[in-house]
Amino acid sequence: MQGARMDDLLLEFLTETNESLDVVDAELVKFEQDPNNAEILGNIFRLVHTIKGTCGFLGLPRLESLAHAGETLMGKYRDGCPVTTQGVSLILLSIDRLKAILADLEASGSEPAGDDQDLISELERIALAADGVEEPAAEEAAPAEPVAELEPEPAREVRVGEVPLDELDRIFAETESDYDAEAAAKQQMEEALAEVKAATGDAPADEASAAPDAPPEPVNAAAPKAEANPAPAAKLGAAAEAKPAGEKSLASQSIRVSVDTLENLMTMVSELVLTRNQLLEIVRRHEDSEFKVPLQRLSNVTAELQEGVMQTRMQPIGNAWQKLPRIVRDLAGELGKDIELEMVGAETELDRQVLDLIKDPLTHMVRNSADHGLELPADRAAVGKPEKGTIKLAAYHEGGHIIIEIADDGKGLPTQLLKNKAIDNELYTEAEIERMSEAQIHKLIFHPGLSTAAKVTNVSGRGVGMDVVRTNIEAIGGTIDLKSKEGDGTVVMIKIPLTLAIVSTLIVESSGERFAIPQLAVVELVRAQKDSEHKIETIRNTPVLRLRDKLLPLSPLSHLLGVESPTEGSDTIGEEGFIVVMQVGNQTFGLVVDAVFHTEEIVVKPMSSMLRHLSMFSGNTILGDGSVIMILDPNGIANAIGSAIDSEVAEKAKAQEAVTVTSEAQSVSLLVFRAGGKEPKAVMLSLVTRLEELQAEAIETANGRHLVQYRGHLMPLVKVNEDMEIRTSGTQPMLVFADEHRSMGLVVDEIVDIVDEVLDIEVTSEKPGLLGSAVIKGKATEVIDVGYFMPLAFDDWFMMKDSGSVSASFDVLLVDDSSFFRNMLAPVLRSAGYTVTACSDAHEALELLDEGRQFDAIVSDIEMPGLSGYEFTTQVRKDSRYAHTPIIAMSAHATPAAIEKGRSAGFSDYVAKFDRTGLIAAIKEQTSEVELAA
Amino acid sequence: MSSIRDAGVEGSRVASGLDVLSKDVTQYVTVYIADQLFGLPISRVHDVFMPETMTPVPLSRTEIAGVLNLRGRIVTAIDMRCKLGLADLENAGNRMAVGIDYKGESYGLIIDRVGEVLNLSIAEREPNPVNLDPRWAAISAGVHRLEGTLMVILDVDSVLLSMGEAIAA
Repeated sequence: MQGARMDDLLLEFLTETNESLDVVDAELVKFEQDPNNAEILGNIFRLVHTIKGTCGFLGLPRLESLAHAGETLMGKYRDGCPVTTQGVSLILLSIDRLKAILADLEASGSEPAGDDQDLISELERIALAADGVEEPAAEEAAPAEPVAELEPEPAREVRVGEVPLDELDRIFAETESDYDAEAAAKQQMEEALAEVKAATGDAPADEASAAPDAPPEPVNAAAPKAEANPAPAAKLGAAAEAKPAGEKSLASQSIRVSVDTLENLMTMVSELVLTRNQLLEIVRRHEDSEFKVPLQRLSNVTAELQEGVMQTRMQPIGNAWQKLPRIVRDLAGELGKDIELEMVGAETELDRQVLDLIKDPLTHMVRNSADHGLELPADRAAVGKPEKGTIKLAAYHEGGHIIIEIADDGKGLPTQLLKNKAIDNELYTEAEIERMSEAQIHKLIFHPGLSTAAKVTNVSGRGVGMDVVRTNIEAIGGTIDLKSKEGDGTVVMIKIPLTLAIVSTLIVESSGERFAIPQLAVVELVRAQKDSEHKIETIRNTPVLRLRDKLLPLSPLSHLLGVESPTEGSDTIGEEGFIVVMQVGNQTFGLVVDAVFHTEEIVVKPMSSMLRHLSMFSGNTILGDGSVIMILDPNGIANAIGSAIDSEVAEKAKAQEAVTVTSEAQSVSLLVFRAGGKEPKAVMLSLVTRLEELQAEAIETANGRHLVQYRGHLMPLVKVNEDMEIRTSGTQPMLVFADEHRSMGLVVDEIVDIVDEVLDIEVTSEKPGLLGSAVIKGKATEVIDVGYFMPLAFDDWFMMKDSGSVSASFDVLLVDDSSFFRNMLAPVLRSAGYTVTACSDAHEALELLDEGRQFDAIVSDIEMPGLSGYEFTTQVRKDSRYAHTPIIAMSAHATPAAIEKGRSAGFSDYVAKFDRTGLIAAIKEQTSEVELAA
Repeated sequence: MSSIRDAGVEGSRVASGLDVLSKDVTQYVTVYIADQLFGLPISRVHDVFMPETMTPVPLSRTEIAGVLNLRGRIVTAIDMRCKLGLADLENAGNRMAVGIDYKGESYGLIIDRVGEVLNLSIAEREPNPVNLDPRWAAISAGVHRLEGTLMVILDVDSVLLSMGEAIAA
C-alpha cells in the first residue's frame, strides 16, 4: 500500500519534472537570445528551483545537487552577470543529464549510481567566472545562496531522519489541501499572495518538523513574489505548477487526467453518438412520436458532449514544437550556422494521438532544413542573403484538416544532384529523368534511399529520412507536398486530419453491400454513362477512363473484393457506373462502384483480430441505421490494384505531359490499326516488313489455318485476336512480318495511320500478344507484341531457325535500359535463333559476366544511365575471357564520329537502333568471324 | 436470451437458476448444430442472440459469416456449421448465436438453436473418441453421455485459436 503510494508520488514527480525541463529547454534558448529579459530568467530559475526542491524532498541527492549547481549559475545571471553561450550550453547539458537520470529513475524506480561532479564543477567554475570581479560577486551571490542552501534542508531531514512513509503521506495530504486554499486565494490575486504564503507555511507547520523552516526564507528574500512560489512548490509539484500558471493567466486551472480515462470517455461518447443516430432513425420512421422533442434535446446534448470530449483530446500543436528551439540551437552550434526558428500558429489544436505521431516527422524535417537546407553564413552572404537563416514553422486549420508548413530560406533542393542520385540509384533512367518536371524531381526526395546530403553527417544524410517522414504522414491519412526553388529555399506542406477517431467517409455500394471510403483519399466522383463525355472504355477487358486527357486505370470494387453480384454474372463491366477517383501517394485510380450514397462522419472501430489480416479494410463501424459497415483502406486498395499502375508508371504518365521538343528523339513511328474491336492497336513500324491488301478470294484454308500465296511462297495468316473475322470478299488488309526465310501475315480490319509518338506504355499487360496500353494521338491504344504472333504462324518458327545457319546454342546478351527496346529486340533475336538474356543496365550485365556466364555475342545500347555503352565495353574488354567476344553497339545516332568512338572503346560493330536486319547480320558476321578464328 | 426447452434432454440435471454448484459440476449452455448437441461452459457465454442484419466481410475466411452490431459492439460472427464442415442450414432465418469474448474481442458463434442449461459432473466427462473427425476433435474438449444423446463439449478457445492460427499461417 505504502509502496504503491510512493510510486504514485514518484510518477507524479517524473511527469511534472519532465514537463518542467522541456519548458526550461525552450525558455533557455529564448533567454540566450534575449539575456536582458528578467521575466524569462525568473521563469527558468523558478522551474529549476522547483525541481531541485522536489528532488531534495523525495530524497534524490544526485538530481538535487546537479539542479542546485545549475540554479546557482542561473542565480548569477539573474543578478546581472553577463550571459555567455558557454554558460547556457552548460546549463542545457546539465538539463540533459537531469533528463537522463530521470529516465533511469522512471525505469528502475531509484536514482542511478554515478557522479555528476564533472558538470557540477564546471557549473561552479562558470558561476565564479561570471562574477568577474571577486568582491561584488560575493555580495551579489549572497541572496541566491541562502535560498539554495536552506531549501534542501527539510529534504535532508526527511532523508536522514527516515520519516516513515505514512508521515510523508500525511504531509502530502496536507499540502493537497493547501493547494485548494491556494486555488481559492488565487482569485484575489496579488493581495492574496501573502495569504497563500501563510497558508502554505501554516499547514506543514502543524506536523512536519522540518517544514516550518522553509516559509520564512522566501519572506526574507529580496524578491518575495518570485520566491513565494518555490516554497510550496518544493512540497508538491501540482501546487508548483498551478502557481506560475496562476500568475500568467487568471483562468487557467487544470487537473491532470490520465489519457486512458479520456480515451475511455471518448469511446463511450462515440457509442452514445451511434445510439443517438439509431434513435433518430427510428423516430424518423414514426411521424408523430412523443419522443421527438426529448430526443432532439438528447441529440443536442450528445453533440455538445461529443465536442467537449473531443476538446479534451485536443492539444496545441506547440506541444510538438516545444523541443524544436533547443534542437535548432544545438544544430546551429554544431553546424556553424546562424539559424532563427520562427513559429506561427503554435496554438492550433489537434488530436493528441495525431500530435504524437507527427512529432518525430516534424523534428526530422526541421533538422533537414537546418542541416542541408540552410547554407553557411559565408555562403549566404555571398549570394546576398542575410547571414542568419530562417526556418519557419506554421500551422493552421483548413476544413477539417490541419496544415503544417516547414519553410526555410536556404538553398533549395539541388535539382541536378537529385537527378544524378536517382540515376545512380537506378530509380529512373536518364531518359525518364529528362522528361520529368522540376517539381517531380523534387519529390524524389520522398523516395527511399535518396539523401541529398553530399556526406552523411551526424544530423542527417543517412537516406532514411524523407521517405520515412512520408510514410509516417501517410499512415495517419495525411499528405505531404513540397515546393522548392533553387537558391530561394524549400517549403514542405503537410496536411493531416484533425483527429483519427472520427473520419469523414463516403458511403458507396458494390454488389449489394455498402462500404465506407475515407474521404481524404477521394479526389472526385465521376459518373460514367454511355454516350457521355465520360464512359468506361476497355482494353482487353481492362477498364480505363479518359479523364482530362489522361488515362485513368479503373477497377471495379466488386472485383477487388471478390464479390460478384449474382445478377451481373459475367465479368464484363458495363459502360456505366460511378467512379470514385482516388489518390493514394502518387497513384491515381478509379474505383467503380454501383452507387454512391452520402458522406458520413464515422467512428473507426478496429476489426477483430480474425479480420485484421485483410489489407483491404482499415476498420469497421456502426452506421446510423445500426448496421455494421466495413471501412476500405485506400492504401490496401492501391496495393491491390497492383503493379500495373504502380507509382512509377503514374509518375511517368505525369512526366509525359511535360514532354518538350528535346524528347522528340525518343519518339518512334507507330503503325495504328484496328483489329477485332473499336479500340485502336499499334505496332512499331520498324518491325513491319510490308503493308499489304490482298484479295479475300486469294485466302485459302488448309489444315484449319488461313494461308495465302505470297511472292511464290505460302504465307500463313494470323488473326490479332479471336474475335475478328477474316474477310471472304473484297480486300483483306494485313501487316507482313518477314525475315529471310519466312513471312507471316497479321490480319487486321483496317490500317488507320502512321504516327510519330513518344511511346510510353502506361498500363502493362499480362495478356499474351500485348505489350500494354498507351495513349497514342489522345486515344487509349493497345501495343501488340509481334514476338507472340510469330510462333502462331509457324509452330517451328524458332526451332527452324535453330537448325538453320545459326548454330543452336548461340547465346546473346542484350543490354538496353529501355524495356520497350528489350521487349522489341529480344523476340527479334529469338526469332533469328538466338538465346537471349536481357539486362536493363550495364551493371547487371557486368555482374552476369563476372559470374562467368558465357555469351557468344553482346548487344549493347550506347546511351544508358549509370555506365554508358562505351564504358561498359571498355570494362568487358578488360576481362581476358571476353577479349574476343563480339560486342555490337546499338544507337539511335549512327554518326561516323560515334562509330569511331565505339570502335576505339572496343565494340566490334555498330548498328543503328531500328535496323533489325542489320543487327542480325552483324551478329552473324561477328560470330562467324569468331568461329573462323577459333 | 430465453432458452428453448428441448424435450429430448429433459432430466433430473436441468439447472435450477443460480444454484450454488459444487466444484465438480460444470454448467453448460447446450446448443444444436445440425442435430448434434454441443455444450459450452456457461462461464464463457456472454449472451445468446438472434443474428440480424449481418454484414459480410469480403475476402475473409469462409467460416466468418460477417460482422454485426450487438448493442453497440461490433461482433465477428463465426458460422459453426461451416467450421465443422457441415452443410448450410436451410432455414437460415431462425439461426441463433452465442456471444463470447475472446482476448477482449467479441465473437458470435452461429448455431442452429439453443437448448437448455445443464449441470454435469466433471467426473462423467469422457475424452473424445479416437475416431472422431479431426475437425471436430480439434474443437471438442470431451463428450458427456446423456440420456438418449451425446453432448460434445465445445472448446471455445480452440475454435477461435484455430481460426487465428490459420490466419497467421
